[in-house]
Order: sequence, then structure tokens, then C-alpha cells
Amino acid sequence: MRPFDYIEPERLDEALEILAADPDDTLVMAGGTSLVILMKQDLVRPERVLGLRRIAELRAIGATDGGLALGALATHGALARSPAVRAHAPALAATFAAVATVRIREQATLGGNLAHADPAQDPPVTLLALDGVAVARSRFGERRIPLDALFVDLFETSLEPGEILLRVELPRLPAGARATYKKFLPATLDDYATVSVAAVIATDASGVCTHARIALGGAATVPLRARDAERSLAGRRLDDAAIREAAALAAAATDPIDDLRGSSDYKRAMAGVWTERALREVA
Amino acid sequence: MSEHRIRFTLNGTAVDVTVPAERLLVDLLRYDLGKTGTKDGCSVGVCGLCTVQLDGAPMSACLLFATQVDGARVRTVEGLASPLQEAFIDEGGFQCGICTSGQLVAADALLRAKPDATDAEIADWQMGNLCRCTGYYGITRAIAKVRDAR
Repeated sequence: MRPFDYIEPERLDEALEILAADPDDTLVMAGGTSLVILMKQDLVRPERVLGLRRIAELRAIGATDGGLALGALATHGALARSPAVRAHAPALAATFAAVATVRIREQATLGGNLAHADPAQDPPVTLLALDGVAVARSRFGERRIPLDALFVDLFETSLEPGEILLRVELPRLPAGARATYKKFLPATLDDYATVSVAAVIATDASGVCTHARIALGGAATVPLRARDAERSLAGRRLDDAAIREAAALAAAATDPIDDLRGSSDYKRAMAGVWTERALREVA
Repeated sequence: MSEHRIRFTLNGTAVDVTVPAERLLVDLLRYDLGKTGTKDGCSVGVCGLCTVQLDGAPMSACLLFATQVDGARVRTVEGLASPLQEAFIDEGGFQCGICTSGQLVAADALLRAKPDATDAEIADWQMGNLCRCTGYYGITRAIAKVRDAR
């Protein structure tokens, strides 16, 4: 591995100053599971790595007025075990518990996961369906970024040079909302999903859909909201026809890349199948 | 390029060393500290050969810079004194042995975190430690045997 300078400030304001001084040649490291591999493979060559691990305030996980605030340094393991996360949406805890293996879950963080912007990752999908908003700060102030505006392209986010991701905020869910995350794993359980689907649904007393969110992983160069599919469910009973139509619209919204986990056509077809399964579970 | 003084406990013993920023924990353990029980396999966090416990949690030493364990408690297979080791022998929990130290460190972390882990939890936890010899049956039998003996 190429040599680099490592800095590990104790406070967030120090970290922001260090990053602002040379944002182009400084890489921010949270848990390091992705960054260390990228550096070993010489895919990134930072002059300086800014380690966040000592900034304890970024680890906090807590409830906020019916919603949830998840610190960027919270590990997948901590999030999977968190009573606050489980209380908000058991499917979110299950999503973190389904990432890779226990070793990765204990080291990898929420913020690192989002900033890495790998479209095959699990947490962004469920967080998108839960209307997550990323909060980032630079020396010049704080910015709120809805998650579907955070992901720009493969491994690319809308974080600006000099910004550090602080947390993800999740708003209160509609009363009685049900959420699920489904991951299609045709090879091994620790693999990246071929496609994955998160669905959040609420219905009124007569069974009419009042809230629908559908998000897809592995289905494009970014984690994707299937907005046409969501709109098709609004105001309808979630019968067989409605679910099939939404699943077809979700599949149509995808633009998957061909890779070892399937061709583009196969992934698009599977996005439809797994959206249907997810919707049947929460309808 | 930067050098860092790091202090941590390794299997209960205080360590105080200076490392370059790019030193990986697996290399610090193996080459600087002579603890070669921690193996370097895939080098990308998948195979589990380099599993160590960091403040009790299993992690891949190949994905950690040495600087990340400053102030932490690290346990490697050299620091294990667990009935798991006898159980692996009794139950045929290994054949070639390359994965064994990682399997043991992971299993020990599991039984510390969840002494009454179910068979499904054992399978899920050990999923990250690849074994190409045993088919895993001997490994999971050994872990369940130690769990049941407590």
C-alpha cells in the first residue's frame, strides 16, 4: 500500500478544518471496510486519511419526535441491535443484520456505507423507503440532503468537498405503516444481492393504500426509488392486480448493470418478482 | 508517511509500538509482534482467516489499520483458552487447519456475546469464516457442544 498521512482528530470542528484545508487530497475514513480495500487495490491514492473514529458524538443512535436520528459512525451491528431502530422499523434492523458477515457489520458504519455509494448495498435501500435525509456539515454550515439526492452515480454522491456526513434522519412513519426488506441472494448469504427491494406501506381502515414507498438495490447505478410504482398504489386497495401492476412499474424503472450477479434483463425481471413478494408481505 | 505511537492490549498484555499510517493490523500482529496465528487469506475481509476480537467484537485484521486499535483490547488465537479448542479436536472441526484460528476466534466471540446462541445463530455467525474441508458440520457441532456444556 502507498504511504499516506493519517490524522485522527478528537472533535468534529477540528475534522472539518483539516478537511477544508485540502479537500481534494484528503479522504474521510469511518470504519474503513471499503476504503482499506480500495487503497490496497490502488483504486484510490489519498495523500491524507482523516479518521473519524474518535468523534464519539457521531456514534449516537436515538429517537427524535416520532422519528430516528442515526449517527454516521454507528456500526451496522449497533444499528441492528438498537432498540430504537427496532422500535421504529424492525425491517431496518433486519436490513443492517443482513449485510455481509458479522465481522463487516461490527466494523462498517452507516456513514461510510452511504458515502461509498455502492448501489448493491443493503442499508441505502431501506433508508430510501423510510424517507431518510442525510445531514452533512462543512466549515460553512449544515446541509440536509434527501437520500435520493445523495446518490448521483456509481460510487458517487452529492457530498461536496469539505463536507462530512453526520447522520441520517428518518421522519415519523404513518400510523400502522409496515415495512420489509427483501434481498435476492441466488449464490451465498454473504454475497451482495442480485437485486433487493424495500417496501413501506400504510393503509386506512378500509384497506386503501395511504402511503407507499418502494426502493430497489442493485437495480441501477444508484439505489432507486420506484416512484411510478408508488403512485400506482396510492388510493387503491392492495389487491392482486394492484400489486402486479406496481411490480411491473418497479421493474420498468430499473436500469441494471450487467455483472457476475446477473444480466441487466435478468435483474430487471427479478426486480419485478421481488417487488411483488415484498408488497404481498406488507399489503 | 506519518508515524503513530499506538497503545493497546493484546491478549491482556500491554503493547506500545510506533507504526507507519499504512501498517495493517494483520501485518503488525504477524510481522512486528510475531503472532502468526492470525492468517492473511483473501486480504479483502471475506474469508475470515484473519479474524481477531476488537473490544470483544470479531473483525478482519486485514481491513483494519493498526492505528484503529489504539486504546482497544485485541484478542487473537494466541490469547484463547477455551473449551472450544478441545471441542474442535473432539468433533473434527478442522482438517487442513488454515481457517481454524479464525474459526476459533469468531466462535469464542459468539459464545461471549451470546452464550445461548441458537444453532441458526451459530451458522449465521460462522458464515463469514470459510472452510473448504469440513463442510462446517464438525465446526458447528463443536460450538454447540461447548454452548450446551455451560
